Amino acid sequence: MSTTENPTSHESADNAPESFQDPGLPYHRPRRADVDPKADKKAERQVAALFGLSILGTIIAIVSYMTLKMDGQIESIRFTNMAIGFGIFLAMIGIGLGAIHWAKTLMRDHEMVEERHELRSSDEAREGAIQNLKDGAEDSGIGGVKRRPLLVGSLVTAMLAAPLALLWPQIGNMGANWNTGEFAHTMWRKGMRLTRDPEGTPIKASDVTIGSAFHVIPEGLNDLEHGKLEEKAKAVVLLLRLDPRDLNLQPGREDWSFDGIIAFSKICTHVGCPVALYEQQTHHLLCPCHQSTFDVANGAKVVFGPAKRPLPQLPIAVDDEGYIVAQSDFHEPIGPSYWSRLKHTSDGLSSDETDGSSH
Amino acid sequence: MGARLDSAAAGTANYVDERTSIGGFFKFFARKLFPDHWSFMLGEIALYSFIVLLLSGVFLTAFFVPSMTEVTYDGPLATMQGVEMSEAFASTLHMSFEVPGGLLMRQIHHWSALLFTAAIVTHMARVFFTGAFRKPRELNWLVGFTLMILSLAAGFSGYSLPDDVLSGNGLRIIEGVTRSIPIVGEYISYWIFGGQFPGEILIPRLFTMHILLVPGLILVLVALHLFLVFLHKHTQYPGGGRTHKNVVGLPLFPVYTAKAGGFFFVVFGIVALVAALFTINPVWNYGPYDPSPVSAGTQPDWYILFVDGALRLMPGWLFDVIPMEWELWGYTLSLNLLIPALIMPGLFFGFVALYPWIESWATGDRGEKHVLDRPRNAPVRTGIGVALITFYVILVMEGSNDIIANLFHLSLNDLTKFFRIGIFVIPALAFWITRRICFGLQRKDRELVLHGKETGRIVRHEHGEYVEVHEPLTDQERWMLVSYEDIAPLEIEPEYNDRGVRRKGYRWDRFKQRLSRIYFEKRISPVTPEELAEAQHAHH
Repeated sequence: MSTTENPTSHESADNAPESFQDPGLPYHRPRRADVDPKADKKAERQVAALFGLSILGTIIAIVSYMTLKMDGQIESIRFTNMAIGFGIFLAMIGIGLGAIHWAKTLMRDHEMVEERHELRSSDEAREGAIQNLKDGAEDSGIGGVKRRPLLVGSLVTAMLAAPLALLWPQIGNMGANWNTGEFAHTMWRKGMRLTRDPEGTPIKASDVTIGSAFHVIPEGLNDLEHGKLEEKAKAVVLLLRLDPRDLNLQPGREDWSFDGIIAFSKICTHVGCPVALYEQQTHHLLCPCHQSTFDVANGAKVVFGPAKRPLPQLPIAVDDEGYIVAQSDFHEPIGPSYWSRLKHTSDGLSSDETDGSSH
Repeated sequence: MGARLDSAAAGTANYVDERTSIGGFFKFFARKLFPDHWSFMLGEIALYSFIVLLLSGVFLTAFFVPSMTEVTYDGPLATMQGVEMSEAFASTLHMSFEVPGGLLMRQIHHWSALLFTAAIVTHMARVFFTGAFRKPRELNWLVGFTLMILSLAAGFSGYSLPDDVLSGNGLRIIEGVTRSIPIVGEYISYWIFGGQFPGEILIPRLFTMHILLVPGLILVLVALHLFLVFLHKHTQYPGGGRTHKNVVGLPLFPVYTAKAGGFFFVVFGIVALVAALFTINPVWNYGPYDPSPVSAGTQPDWYILFVDGALRLMPGWLFDVIPMEWELWGYTLSLNLLIPALIMPGLFFGFVALYPWIESWATGDRGEKHVLDRPRNAPVRTGIGVALITFYVILVMEGSNDIIANLFHLSLNDLTKFFRIGIFVIPALAFWITRRICFGLQRKDRELVLHGKETGRIVRHEHGEYVEVHEPLTDQERWMLVSYEDIAPLEIEPEYNDRGVRRKGYRWDRFKQRLSRIYFEKRISPVTPEELAEAQHAHH
């Protein structure tokens, strides 16, 4: 390897400097447009052409808007969109590319150097600032010789308290009745029929064949004037029929199902998504949001995923006409866990005794 | 004509200046220098997509009705005939199907929202990996960090406005997570939703948040962010003539007015083209919100996906025996929600926000840093950055595990089990590998400085030896490779002074020293002139 000609390497190892020297700004190479008038003219024409393209785009956008008719069909809307959008694209990109091309070919590209100044203020300025603040504190009595701690203390207390005057009523009104016990109850009542979602038609036990699944809402939900979505968000149920030999009835719930027909809350005990996917072969219910998996054959206990608790079971029976009805409300709050859930659970159990026909 | 125009301009300028002293402002700003690099455009993309959001958003407010009042659809869309839906959803359909260009504006708005968040995150990554957050820019890093959080709030509140079944299920997840907060969670949920979920007030509340509060805050913070950029002057990449005490670049007027101003139109144009060609969030296929249906394989917008992934990853039962939902003294603590949805994002974002200080404790450096690092010259920082990104990407992948499982015919449960371990192992591995790669690259740089570039020319010496001719680097090339700072681990004063008295603040110093060792114990120093001279000597 041959030696190189540069300020550092032709010195011998003994008297080499501590560190390398900054070689300074690199040599600036002129562009073609800087030296060739023809290239300069050409770049100018290119820039103007790009600006022209933008004007063309504006015309395309406006003409498309005025001429294209929409008939409410997705195809015609897509086409109108595409035409107007393409016009806007040209209108914008023409200006953008033109300006950038102008800057890159015709404006200065020889870099300049500017010194930086330390951000810290000068000592003089700092002293001045401190003096001014001291003077101000002295004048007001916040600090200095004649301090007025009573004024400072009472002002700070008042300032801290004053926002409450505004926030208390505001926040107080934002949570409606604040009765979070509503989490614990749904509209299910003793004798209420299980009906199909969304039609609201009742389901006969004989309609439910082995392996089938029904998405269920309570009878009368569709007739609610108010709070329909809130009630639906809590009351939706999945009704399934398994071969009774596959079904392991849970202790205390032997009479909650009917000949292999069993009903569970559709709201996931993890974070409240509808548990909508039923795998007939494995009797597993899967929540598509976070993939909690519940085993219907074993009291909907969790077999995989982030949920911890089984899906609440709705006790059901069959009425005189052969329709499936609820025996009561759920015996625990449906849906995800929360701080006072267990408290609400005991409330829920006691309210079971009272069977109203509606809210 | 020209002269008259000139005098008119001068007259106007004089009129305004006599009332605002704006002349001084222009003298200061017009020729302010900005360094040039493609990576400096990432923040610009964020700014410009925000402007596109404001422009398209104003159009959308002219047609959107932020109301949850139930109506029956009676418009041109056959599949929705007679369906009950909120006015919010109905007005979204109306502006999409009956207002010419309305769907285009919705798509421009949604695409630029995705671009906005993506550009912010990429810009943050650039700032992180080049060390642009160091003194004096730590506070501006925090401003930018807050903007990132606000962009998520803006995105999520806007995504929920059409009141479709997909965003409604997203809100239900938010409701469930809110409820899991100990003691006050259920009341916060009532506060947000105005009662039970979904209530009838949420969409109007989200609307105000989405079009007034959040964008207002973003505007103020963008102004502060840019003010600080001007105040600090922009950072620059290393190179000949670029120091911590100067800025090398081109003037704001006209070069950056044209380049950056032009770039706004490029961003707008590309967003318009994408919006014209690619459908996004076709709410008419999902239908209005109904608490009962849900579909598999649907994903939230990308920036929320990592929380969804964490929620999927977290087991309800640890090793099938330890419940992740604790019942203590009659109260329920839902760790299976708190950890993935609140604690994990809190720690992750907290670490990102505080990172500039963590690194400054390790370096102990108090000087202003205006020349950026090449990522390889900060191996631990680069490793941490890659580990954070890996962590995030694993959560995003877990958030799309159903799609991945489907695509590659894998078991969904196995994939989740793999990620449950992977979330701890893979980021650590990523850190270690990245640091190794950085060291490797630094060694290669040393090699280049010491022995020059390979030329591919083989020469035979008189005594028969074949050697490849190496071409020495130019001064500019060498300077790029040797000009980085060689930081040694912190030296601290001993615990006891000579009189045997324990020093105050020793523990804190020792913590900083340990941190410093993690960063700088193992490091590759740049070539010194002495080493270079020796290497050249050896070749003769």
